[in-house]
Amino acid sequence: MAGTAVPGRLSWEVATVTAVTPETPSVRTIGLDAPSWPGHRAGQHLDVRLTAEDGYSAERSYSIAGAADDPVAITVERLDDGEVSPYRTEDVRVGDQLEIRGPVGGYFAWEAADGGPLLLVAGGSGIVPLRAILRQHEHSGSDVPVKLLYSARTMSELIYRDELDGYQDGVETIYTLTREQPAGWAGYTRRVDRALLSETAGAAGKQPLAFVCGPTSFVETVAGGLVALGFEPDRVKTERFGGTGGP
Amino acid sequence: MDELDGNGAAGLLQEVFGATMTVAVATCASCGSATQLGESVLYAGGPGTVIRCRTCAGVLVVITGCGAGTAST
Repeated sequence: MAGTAVPGRLSWEVATVTAVTPETPSVRTIGLDAPSWPGHRAGQHLDVRLTAEDGYSAERSYSIAGAADDPVAITVERLDDGEVSPYRTEDVRVGDQLEIRGPVGGYFAWEAADGGPLLLVAGGSGIVPLRAILRQHEHSGSDVPVKLLYSARTMSELIYRDELDGYQDGVETIYTLTREQPAGWAGYTRRVDRALLSETAGAAGKQPLAFVCGPTSFVETVAGGLVALGFEPDRVKTERFGGTGGP
Repeated sequence: MDELDGNGAAGLLQEVFGATMTVAVATCASCGSATQLGESVLYAGGPGTVIRCRTCAGVLVVITGCGAGTAST
């Protein structure tokens, strides 16, 4: 259970749910109060441990949904085949307690000193760590240009849509809806492939720093496409998740 | 089984090694390619956690829980 945090050592601590915010019909953001939280960078993860009444426990890793100066939060999608997620999204309520540890990871993190320009490519709920990076970009006053390419199946599955539409100076957001589009939809309607990348992500001037997050097949397609377009492989950061939220 | 990447095992790796390992570079003993563990292939759904080389699928890390603790090779 919760212990005194030792630098460099991961400890589980009990966090309290402070807010549950619906994002889409199947996605919620869960705000957490974690008294010993040591701080995080945009794009890092935390682990959640759930222990059932019979003692069986399951751990799951979530992207932290906010910037370094945001309260700790995760955005959770209900996965029909997920072991932990159904419990989280359907049952968690304000005041509930859960065990967390973190932050963990650092490969898929960004801070202003890492520079840009930034190309963020999200498939489905792969938007979560990229939203953290967008918020970090905004909060730190970074002036590097950002382009976000976000693929979802339908309009109603776009997570954080109001927030994403609210970014202005220096942030360009491009959506593609691959299954169903509202009447009058003027955005893209096909899956992200090399052709769509060459239309939207073409590298003009300085080589962008790309962050790609989504289901494994989406990430493979996008990362391969970007390298084929001339992106340096070591400037294409990838993160794959096993969720069912398709692009 | 879903193939993910080493980022999904960040917490477990940090628990075992006591440091942020997803940015650590692993050199594959089979093919010699050097890649950050966050970029390597993760198989997390089996009895243990296995991380393989993205170039040749050689095994880089195996971590198995064994009740009293956790063992790694």
